[in-house]
Amino acid sequence: MNFYNLTAHELLSLLDQKKVISEDVLKSLKERVSLVNKKTNAFIREPQVSSPAKGAFGIPVGIKDNICIADELVTCGSNILKGFRPPYDAGVVEKIKAHGSEVWGGLNMDEFAFGSSCESSFYGPTRNPWDLERVPGGSSGGSASAVAAGEAVWALGSDTGGSVRQPASFCGVVGLKPTYGRVSRYGLVAFGSSLDQIGPITKDVTDSALLLNMIAGFDKRDSTSVDTPVPDYAKALVKDVKGLKIGIPKEYFIDGIDPEVASAVHEAIDILKKEGAVIKDISLPHTEYAVATYYIVATAEASSNLARFDGVEYGLREVPDRVRKTPLIDMYETTREKGFGDEAKRRIMLGTYVLSSGYYDAYYLRAQKVRTLIKQDFDKAFGECDAILCPTSPTTAFKINEKVNDPLAMYLSDIFTIPANLAGIPAISIPCGFDKKKLPIGLQIMGKPFAEETLFRISYTYEQNTPWHLERAKL
Amino acid sequence: MINKETVNYVGALARLHIDPQNADRFAKNLEDILHYVEKLNTLDVSSVKPTSHVLDVENVFREDTVIPSLSQDKAMGFAVEHHKGFYKVAKVIE
Repeated sequence: MNFYNLTAHELLSLLDQKKVISEDVLKSLKERVSLVNKKTNAFIREPQVSSPAKGAFGIPVGIKDNICIADELVTCGSNILKGFRPPYDAGVVEKIKAHGSEVWGGLNMDEFAFGSSCESSFYGPTRNPWDLERVPGGSSGGSASAVAAGEAVWALGSDTGGSVRQPASFCGVVGLKPTYGRVSRYGLVAFGSSLDQIGPITKDVTDSALLLNMIAGFDKRDSTSVDTPVPDYAKALVKDVKGLKIGIPKEYFIDGIDPEVASAVHEAIDILKKEGAVIKDISLPHTEYAVATYYIVATAEASSNLARFDGVEYGLREVPDRVRKTPLIDMYETTREKGFGDEAKRRIMLGTYVLSSGYYDAYYLRAQKVRTLIKQDFDKAFGECDAILCPTSPTTAFKINEKVNDPLAMYLSDIFTIPANLAGIPAISIPCGFDKKKLPIGLQIMGKPFAEETLFRISYTYEQNTPWHLERAKL
Repeated sequence: MINKETVNYVGALARLHIDPQNADRFAKNLEDILHYVEKLNTLDVSSVKPTSHVLDVENVFREDTVIPSLSQDKAMGFAVEHHKGFYKVAKVIE
């Protein structure tokens, strides 16, 4: 039997009824990886499984390669971490292992999560299972591609400006960015510390809730994780949106948005309206400033976070042929030159520039102030609605190499996902149709802080009314 | 205006050597992005407080208790070079 097309909750129910054993599920998944990974390059390394899972949650979770698993390689898609094996488990990995599940590391990603296409990985681009000539989105492109291709039943990604939701949208799967602080960042290699959250990428909304159940919660080792009770998110899987107020922000239906994307999202709005949701037009006036704000705040944080990769404690060390400055400084500079790819270099330079003497107030401080305005837009909007609905990305998956030489065009593909990170609010992307090329379209729902249950309720209601989550890419 | 010199200056601050062949390209990339972010200058933010962090938490303290930690061997196990419990780098002081 082929298990790779099933969801985790379907497999769990088969395991519960003793209709299958976890050994067979693992075997089937490993065969799937061997068969299709050379097409997708979703896994940088094929998963090594020593012993079959035993617990009730015996379905392996794919792990993006910036989340630490003790004694296993973690590359962040970069050459600079060559050979590095972290000596500890990330908080989320600990929780998954405690549930009795396997973790399958090594899911490909843009280098240090810098990208929207999964093309900046040192280990080569990941491909979209719906069209191998196209990108899977990014930066968690490996996670989304693996789930869409059946190489992983479910997976974790990380989302700093849309890196879970945008690839989920491009690959026709479900991606959730929880509220900032809902999930521990301990053991997630930091990109933008005030923006990063780990989130589930799954085949349907039910799996998303089950996986969030596993990973959510306070961790004293991440002082930004929040010590509030974790509800049972599975209880939020209710087919009922009667009376829920859903806001439609006019700034998210702009010129340049693919008409097929806009039309799929409008159809989704109609379905929710028929189910009894109250649809309201709202405004998030500072939306157009979000990308600019993000590329200052996120690169500033990234440039300081990446200062730790210097050829001393771990990873790569390179020295130049001749002395340029001093032997030590030359070693730092050459290690970082050889270790980082172009996009990482651009972001380190941009972040360093906006923090440098004479420019801090003009760029970084100003961006932090605009971040306040963007957050206030959401505070105000949530005074009149329970959730906000919009496209996840303005287009469907673009072609490999299409945007590689135009960083700004690449950045703009995150225009609808970045605001949720700046405001720290939860947001989910769910499949809402296909364009004429049979490429998936994503619907984004954003909620109030810690209102993941509302997102699940709306997503589940929509999903139960539509067939999109049942479609599988053919490979 | 971002030029080769700016790229080299920022590279030096970030301890990142920039190959002269790539400096012009990086200068153009940075120039484009900085030009784009100038749109933030059209907003009046004189009375707005900056947001460095979205949550309303500050000063997270814990008890200062000793808990098991990594052994020195394990912590240094991935260093490119180490010697008697120290990271080894090129000579710094003459």
